[in-house]
Amino acid sequence: MQRFSGLAVALRRGAWGPQWRAPEPQAAYDAVIVGGGGHGLATAFHLARDHGMSRIAVLEKGWIGGGNTGRNTTIIRSNYLFEESSRLYDHAVKKWEALSQTLNYNVMFSQRGVLMLAHTVHDVQVFQRHVHANRLNGVDNEWLSAEEAKEFCPPLRISAGMRYPVLGAALQRRAGTARHDAVAWGYARAADALGVDIIQNCAVTGIVRDAAGAVEAVETTRGKIRTPKVGVVAAGNTSVVMAMAGVRMPLESYPLQALVSEPIKPVFPCVVMSNTIHAYISQSDKGELVIGAGTDAYISYSQRGALHVSTHTLEAICELFPDFRRMRMLRNWGGIVDVTPDRSPIIAKAPVKGLYVNCGWGTGGFKATPGSGHLFAWTMAKDEPHPINAPFTIERFRDGHLIDEAAAAAVAH
Amino acid sequence: MLLIPCPYCGPRPELEFAYGGEGGIARPADPAALDDDAWGAFLYHRSNPRGMHVERWRHVHGCGRFFNARRDTVTDLFACSWKVGEAAP
Repeated sequence: MQRFSGLAVALRRGAWGPQWRAPEPQAAYDAVIVGGGGHGLATAFHLARDHGMSRIAVLEKGWIGGGNTGRNTTIIRSNYLFEESSRLYDHAVKKWEALSQTLNYNVMFSQRGVLMLAHTVHDVQVFQRHVHANRLNGVDNEWLSAEEAKEFCPPLRISAGMRYPVLGAALQRRAGTARHDAVAWGYARAADALGVDIIQNCAVTGIVRDAAGAVEAVETTRGKIRTPKVGVVAAGNTSVVMAMAGVRMPLESYPLQALVSEPIKPVFPCVVMSNTIHAYISQSDKGELVIGAGTDAYISYSQRGALHVSTHTLEAICELFPDFRRMRMLRNWGGIVDVTPDRSPIIAKAPVKGLYVNCGWGTGGFKATPGSGHLFAWTMAKDEPHPINAPFTIERFRDGHLIDEAAAAAVAH
Repeated sequence: MLLIPCPYCGPRPELEFAYGGEGGIARPADPAALDDDAWGAFLYHRSNPRGMHVERWRHVHGCGRFFNARRDTVTDLFACSWKVGEAAP
């Protein structure tokens, strides 16, 4: 792998060339990752770098980063309520802070701050509870008055005449955004350099188990691949892939929408989220306003959402930021998000030997990408969870140890 | 927005309905007889298929009644709907 640096750019002659190979699948691997999104590629990177496994394949049915990794609104934060979640998401934020250096690839991580707006007395109480819980867990979060929030984010409207007035906001300054495509590409390039085979346009069609029930191979559209370890990181399609091994999951898949506006000059300095009237917004470095809408009410794999869902969000955006009322939206799209009953992810061994699953990130998986890959690789390599992801099992839905983060997830479900 | 065939009122826009989740999941007659695995599966495990899905809807802003439907989760097209207590077509 040629290292990127200022000097490399200055001395460069001609084109850069491909940054990862396009290998043919081999007959056997030590581990196979199903799903070439950010989480899957990060898992492969950590398996190769931290656990000395070199024969690893990432199988992607489309192109890498073409699913939810390329469809999300790139918000990164760790202001979740419970200790388990705080540890999990802040583990990721700490990895984000060093990720461009780790991968030698600029993921454009920008800690511009995430502001979560409170519109009701109940919101104020809940967010202040979040602020205190976060600080006890060593995660930065602070309470701002409406005036302080406006000072932090000048386009924000805080007038008392609003239907849902802004009563204050919780601000996590270490939170922010990153460039989603760069995350997939950076992990792909770094994993490829460590010998990981990234095989695109290769859909998994079956999981083969031996007489004892353990994973033996995967059937794919490009032939059978033998492996003793399969890591399923298939986001919205997790239930479908796990069903190939006969495992039923506590998941439902919903379309989640996002939109971008026409690009404009820098006007928006941070990320603003409102759970109550459901809107979240930031501005990309290209100048587009990136806006997140809600999920549809019903399960679907259609990768598009209903117009009334995005309309609802745009109404909220126009109420909060009247300056944007005459802007035009360029594109909207949907991603299929896999949602668990408690809105917390599953990073765990499956009840089949050799099968592991990383799923249930719901409406907010991008933020966890570097931490998720690190923890899932640990779990796959050692056949036991890292202490940080130990609570995030499938069995918690049997044992009742739910980690109910419905209030901290950005999208009202 | 979906056009949903209420078996009582006919096709109506999605905004009149509430989604009721996967259909055909019967509450165990004697929950105390179940072990934790079976009870957890009843509460939380779902088919979540990519394809035909049997589901419940409630026409909250219409007749107010629950009914069953079968819908393709890839195309979002409804194949059929039927009243509670009737056999699936």
